[in-house]
Amino acid sequence: MAAQHPDEGHDPNLAHHFESAQQQYQAAKLGMWLFLATEILFFGGLLVAYTVYRGNHPEVFIFGAHFLDTSLGALNTVVLIFSSFTIAWAVRAAQLKQIKLLKWLIIATMLCAFAFLSVKYVEYSAKWKHGLLWAGSYDPHVDHEEAYEIIGVEREIHTGEADIEIVEIEEIQQVGEGEIVEPIAAEIEIDAAPQVADPDRSTIAPAAQGPAGLAEPAAPVDPDAIPVEPGNAKVFFSIYFLMTGLHGIHVLGGIVAMLWLLKCLRRGDFDGGHFTKVDMVALYWHVVDIIWIYLFLLLYLID
Amino acid sequence: MAVDTPSLGGVTVGTPNQESYLSHGRGILSWLFTLDHKRIAVMYLVAITSSFFLGGVFALLVRTELLTPGQTIMTADSYNKMFTLHGAVMIFLFIIPGIPAAIGNFVLPLMLGAKDVALPRLNLASFWCWMVGAVFALVSIIVGAVDTGWTFYTPYSTTTGTAVISMTMGVFILGFSSIFTGLNFIVTIHKMRPEGMTWFKMPLFLWGLYSTAIIQVLATPILGITLLLLVAERALGVGIFDPTLGGDPVLFQHFFWFYSHPAVYIMILPAMGIISELVSVFSGKHIFGYKFIAWSSIAIALLSFLVWGHHMFTSGQSGITNMIFSALTFTVAIPSGVKVFNWLATMYKGSIRLATPMLYVLSFLFLFAIGGLTGLFLGALSTDIHLHDTYFVVAHFHYVMFGGTVIAFLGGLHYWWPKMFGRMYSEKWGQVSALLVFVGFNLTFFTQFVMGSHGMPRRYYNYVEEFTTLHQASTIGSYILALGFFIMAGYLIHSLFRGKPAPANPWGSATLEWETSSPPVAHNFDHEFLAGDPYDLNSLRYDPAIEGWVRKDPQSIILAEGGAH
Repeated sequence: MAAQHPDEGHDPNLAHHFESAQQQYQAAKLGMWLFLATEILFFGGLLVAYTVYRGNHPEVFIFGAHFLDTSLGALNTVVLIFSSFTIAWAVRAAQLKQIKLLKWLIIATMLCAFAFLSVKYVEYSAKWKHGLLWAGSYDPHVDHEEAYEIIGVEREIHTGEADIEIVEIEEIQQVGEGEIVEPIAAEIEIDAAPQVADPDRSTIAPAAQGPAGLAEPAAPVDPDAIPVEPGNAKVFFSIYFLMTGLHGIHVLGGIVAMLWLLKCLRRGDFDGGHFTKVDMVALYWHVVDIIWIYLFLLLYLID
Repeated sequence: MAVDTPSLGGVTVGTPNQESYLSHGRGILSWLFTLDHKRIAVMYLVAITSSFFLGGVFALLVRTELLTPGQTIMTADSYNKMFTLHGAVMIFLFIIPGIPAAIGNFVLPLMLGAKDVALPRLNLASFWCWMVGAVFALVSIIVGAVDTGWTFYTPYSTTTGTAVISMTMGVFILGFSSIFTGLNFIVTIHKMRPEGMTWFKMPLFLWGLYSTAIIQVLATPILGITLLLLVAERALGVGIFDPTLGGDPVLFQHFFWFYSHPAVYIMILPAMGIISELVSVFSGKHIFGYKFIAWSSIAIALLSFLVWGHHMFTSGQSGITNMIFSALTFTVAIPSGVKVFNWLATMYKGSIRLATPMLYVLSFLFLFAIGGLTGLFLGALSTDIHLHDTYFVVAHFHYVMFGGTVIAFLGGLHYWWPKMFGRMYSEKWGQVSALLVFVGFNLTFFTQFVMGSHGMPRRYYNYVEEFTTLHQASTIGSYILALGFFIMAGYLIHSLFRGKPAPANPWGSATLEWETSSPPVAHNFDHEFLAGDPYDLNSLRYDPAIEGWVRKDPQSIILAEGGAH
């Protein structure tokens, strides 16, 4: 392994500074767990930001969550849980020296990772189209050329609250057939545009009162009031993109790690039942999976 | 060679198998891509001392500007950048990696009788992360510097026009270098201790590094995400810290100090570990209260996570929060005091040798006591309201970080220098420079305690006439300090070329790193160890022929011939 140390003559999988394969495996495993602890803490910072912001502005989250597509999120959750199964099976295959099976299981896990990212791409592009972006670029609007889809999205938002808005949307659907529907789009825009925030909405105490710890919990939000956009709803999308974006980067990292596993596999590293590398990547992948499950709960399912 | 010579690896080098790590492999690439912990340590040493020099230049510019009220050599804007760069370079590039990555990397595997750290490639990755982070920081300095102070407080850091993004990205990447080093040390200490070295037979420096590593692994990710949020705030306007979007700028302070308070223990804990080694060796006595010193390191590491709010007493926290943080802050004084008393007890009735490393130990005890006790002034709520954001804080911080960490770093550097490079430095010049550093330091910073208690605010460009004398004394002190460092650089570099070859064990220490030659061979040791008491100094005797110390019974610590594999 350690190319710099020429004094090797034994198991090529055992680095020169270890006394036994057992010691090497345990060192790698402890190191990996510590690394995963840092990953959890890394996301922990975002979770604290989420908690503080949600504690201060619960209405923002309940409003924002309506714009996330729960079925796509659920699909991605299933995809990742399945991929956790395939990578766990891969560890078993590596232990049993079933190299061919190992290869296909790694590939299956990678395909799941790509499937996850593809679904994420669909979700992100819908947000992008409608300007539902992080606060600095937040500009909710109806994309004229895509009027149909927007209508679809709008419908989903108001599912379960069958009222005027749905009627309006249906009208749009009929009128907008095949052409640009600017005036009506503008109407929707008004519907979705930020309302002038009621100065009393903020739950942060005014500076003059002096700080006294966390703000009082806000009054329970009436679900019927949700379609009115609360002030700063855009920050929900900031948090959404930060959390899912950072998670997406970790999925990409997982893909790179699995490509590396395939390279090791081709080189014959696993022929002797040396499964440490597969085990480490699998641990990482499980953590990526678990983090997603939390994100799904905290972002999609909060209504 | 190990068994038949009583000196167990004196200065004998020459056979190809016994080549020192310095000459084993040639060319710049054999250094840059080495997996040898000793070479990585030396590269880190060069890197951090260069940063120290850079940060020192910024400090001298700041002090020179403060020679007179009003403008002396630079504009107010440049001044803001200078003190920010001084802080950022010294903290993130020098003092955090300083002892663990440079000295620790060299010494830790040797103290364990091991051939390397557990994860050598991660070790190299740590160094490269440091290099990349440093490049980002340098780019930031070149394209317009940063004027936020090293703490990058929002909302100023999200609105200033200076190069905050590249600096914070640099610090973000440096964080990975710190995490990798800490992670590596934890794994190495857990999995690679030699036969006989139970947890409470480890040298105390390893306890220091271990508790440091816990903080590095558990706190640094928070800094990482904080800085990412800051970058996202600046680049995308995400609003978490922006009050106009309902965000909370004080949340940044919580995040920042949740890392950065533990980070000051990343700086001081390994320093305390060095002092524990040196005080025993140079007092010729077994360390006093071993278990108390070991546990107090762990106690400091754990308490460090519970006191961050004491940086924010005036930020508008609730009174009850302030009281809790104040009380927790006081508890940190207990394990720190435990250490100091144990060191003093170790010296009591010892035969103290006033060699250069020991001068730094004495310096440390004196300065750290002042630095630690003035921390209690700042931890007390009532006095902190008066002293907050004054020079008193600056002086306290420098007494702990310079008087504590840097002084211990210098002590450790002088102690392990012969092991690292196989050469002895000039003892006389070592003592002269230690004295200059001590005098210069006190003149620079004691005056700042006085100014701070009289109300001189920190980071101010201008000041009222009444402070002129004290400011000038402080500036002169900084020049004396600089002179001390130039002398040190001179004799240390001189020793590399002209120094007397060092024996394997020049100081009479019983820890395992002195069992290999000076400098060590590339693979560290020829055999595995049966470790005993690391402070059993009676197991050694002085051999005038080699001007070094040897074991009375060399076989007693040898487990087996690991030999030629």
